[in-house]
Amino acid sequence: MTVNMTKGQAISLQKSDGGTLTAVRMGLGWQAAPRRGLFGSRTREVDLDASAVLFADKQPVDVVFFRHLVSDDGSVKHTGDNLVGGAGQGGDDEAILVDLQRVPVHIDQIVFTVNSFTGQTFQEVQNAFCRIVDETNGQELARYTLDGGGQYTAQIMAKVSRAGAGWQMTALGNPANGRTFQDLMPSILPHL
Amino acid sequence: MTAELVRGQNHPLPQARLEIRVSAGQPVVAGATLVDEHGTVRGTEWVAHPGAHQLPGLEVSRQAAADHRLAVDLGALPEAAHRVNVLLALPTAVGFPARFGAVAAPFVAVTGLDGDEVATFTLTGLDAESAVVALELYRRQDAWKVRAVGQGYAGGLAELLADQGLAQAGELAAAIQDAVGRGLARSVAPPPPRTADGDRARQTARQGAAAQDGVRGSLTGAGTPAQPAPVPQPETPQPQTPPDGPIDYSHPRRRKQPAAAATPSPQPPAPPTQPSRPEPPEPGQPPRPVAGDASGWSMEERLYNQVWGMFEDLARTAAAYRSAVDFAESRMEQELDKVLSDPRSRIGGTGDAARQAARAKRDALVEQARAVLDRDLAQLVAESEVVEPALPPAFARWDNPAWHAYKVPMEIPMALRIGDLHLPERPDLHIPLLVRLPLERGLWIDAGRTGSEAAMMMDTDQLRRVAMDTAVAHAARLLGAYPAGEFTVHVIDPAGAASAALAPLVKSGVLASPPAVGAQGVTEVLARLTERVDLVQMAIRAGASDALPPHLDTAEQLLIVNDFPHGFDDRAVTQLRYLADEGPSVGVHLMMVADREDANAYGPVLDPLWRSLLRLTPVPDAHLADPWVGHAWTYEPLLAPPGSQVLWNVLSQVAAARRAFGR
Repeated sequence: MTVNMTKGQAISLQKSDGGTLTAVRMGLGWQAAPRRGLFGSRTREVDLDASAVLFADKQPVDVVFFRHLVSDDGSVKHTGDNLVGGAGQGGDDEAILVDLQRVPVHIDQIVFTVNSFTGQTFQEVQNAFCRIVDETNGQELARYTLDGGGQYTAQIMAKVSRAGAGWQMTALGNPANGRTFQDLMPSILPHL
Repeated sequence: MTAELVRGQNHPLPQARLEIRVSAGQPVVAGATLVDEHGTVRGTEWVAHPGAHQLPGLEVSRQAAADHRLAVDLGALPEAAHRVNVLLALPTAVGFPARFGAVAAPFVAVTGLDGDEVATFTLTGLDAESAVVALELYRRQDAWKVRAVGQGYAGGLAELLADQGLAQAGELAAAIQDAVGRGLARSVAPPPPRTADGDRARQTARQGAAAQDGVRGSLTGAGTPAQPAPVPQPETPQPQTPPDGPIDYSHPRRRKQPAAAATPSPQPPAPPTQPSRPEPPEPGQPPRPVAGDASGWSMEERLYNQVWGMFEDLARTAAAYRSAVDFAESRMEQELDKVLSDPRSRIGGTGDAARQAARAKRDALVEQARAVLDRDLAQLVAESEVVEPALPPAFARWDNPAWHAYKVPMEIPMALRIGDLHLPERPDLHIPLLVRLPLERGLWIDAGRTGSEAAMMMDTDQLRRVAMDTAVAHAARLLGAYPAGEFTVHVIDPAGAASAALAPLVKSGVLASPPAVGAQGVTEVLARLTERVDLVQMAIRAGASDALPPHLDTAEQLLIVNDFPHGFDDRAVTQLRYLADEGPSVGVHLMMVADREDANAYGPVLDPLWRSLLRLTPVPDAHLADPWVGHAWTYEPLLAPPGSQVLWNVLSQVAAARRAFGR
């Protein structure tokens, strides 16, 4: 039931039965890529951080990230910082919950970003993905794999924007450089 | 790249010759119907099924199986056919599940002839259905597309076919099942349900489906005759029972909301509206609030968490509203500025129109924000209406009947309500301000007139009296919340100015000793409490709490100080600061009833003292900030309703219990 999204693809966040979604979770998972050579099994820890920036008419209003875990209005919640990523595979290492019904009326776009806080480029990360899950029943709606990691330290993953009465999600997948979301602001703005 | 479709999603088909693979954990019947532009199946010759497995451009399996390959050649279909429905049905033969809810979610994939997947779809969320339209291939402007459908029919094939306008639906369904039954006699055992293969995404979808099965299983119970007993067949191993979802760890008879009566705590009366299980909300309506709808080990803890939850929700809802209104205002300002700076707008009516449009945009957004706020406030008001009557005395206002039924408690409540909080958006929605017991900080009842507008309206004497009344009400609450003999109140009233306000405490006999007057009284009380703090601290540090002298009162101590710094010398002030700093950790608390300006002479020396105390006001005042967003909340003290005897009542019971306890 999952859509594997490609860059630039947009999907409407509607439930399969036609109802609108009420809560979604943006999950991020990754592993540090094993290094080759001597002591090749030693992996360096990679700290990726998921952030969500709330925009009203292209103005940033609020940011949810590891130092501000809940948006002031309570609609967007970060479940907490994960400094090392998944030891195994599969589950979300960081997650941001969005209660779409409670998002303030003037917020029209929420942009999700991933930054490498420890400075490694995405070449040193493997099995990284970001996915959007219907929080009410745990069903995965869309998944976007951060493959082909390159010489960049951040990625603007996706945005969730108002479309009519509901919401739609657009996969952006735009590489950028920066340690936290503040460094990314110039790269985010063209996508609004 | 494969498109994993969700229900209702479509995908273009790149080629005309396709294969459709079906995998299900159990043998299923696969078929296809052709539909014309009006959405009807023109006759039985337009249905491909095991009994008639070949049609022009369409071929299906001749028997029920767990895995199918359907061949489709879109170019060879009749001109009139605009749509191909791919359908799955469960065989009605004995020994097979009768509903898709009891089998693993079927998975269908549209592939090219080379086997590359074009689109896939997992049919999750099926329950009582025994036939389902899985996919449809349809013509759209001379191109073909596939759409994930997943429409199930509880009435089986007959209902499915009838829904597509086939007149002979019943007969055909019977014929299909008959053909399947004959085919099954030759069939081999179904493979075990797929578990470990497939990519991660697919597993997730499957787990989701399984989870739904689990939910259903717990609701319908084990008694549903969903799966007939398998008929033993000597030559084939029995089909494995499909897993019925993950294990449900909840106790089968455990109710979600343990009733208040189940907890043997003396205080909470069973709230009037507490269904044993929250009723399912009307579609589109928020669930009806229930008192105690929060996590916790006891009703008291659940109510405490619920009140804090309401506090946070109100803070955040108001934040959302304020932020939206601010944004609307600033956007209007910007637009008005733009209009003003545009020279073209000075001519004619364009400027006015633009100004009006900017205002209308602001109004529309504010109205929208207000609607959301009103929706949330209505929910919180409804919650408050069920929570308030359910609160135990320690959490309740003085006018709550719980205080009329007051009994001296056997144990210390986890928290005490020391006032109400509200926001200007909804002044009648009061959130109880609950502080944990034992108190972590002392209290300062501000008797100063400069503190707030409401205080400015009163003259000094009046305000001091109200402040002292408030202090007495707080002390009565604390006394009432503690079991007999576990809370002692001392009063310093150097000039005897507050004797009228102190009357309830003095006359009911709950005080350990009469209010201390004069400089000598002040010194004596402070010395006694300082000694107690020292002794208990020493005992705790040495780990020798049994070595305390027998005359020492081990109860929590509250010292009410009126008229500070009247009657205080430098030594007494130092002792007071010592009590404020060190007291709370060893159960000695301060309640200052004071005007900060009276103590101006001491200069900044006393600033740490004021800062260490929780400032409360005897009149409504917006000075408390919430921990999440930092709104200014208007604090209102709790006072007994005028003419009410509740305070006396409670104090006399406490006094009687103290006498019985022997203090």
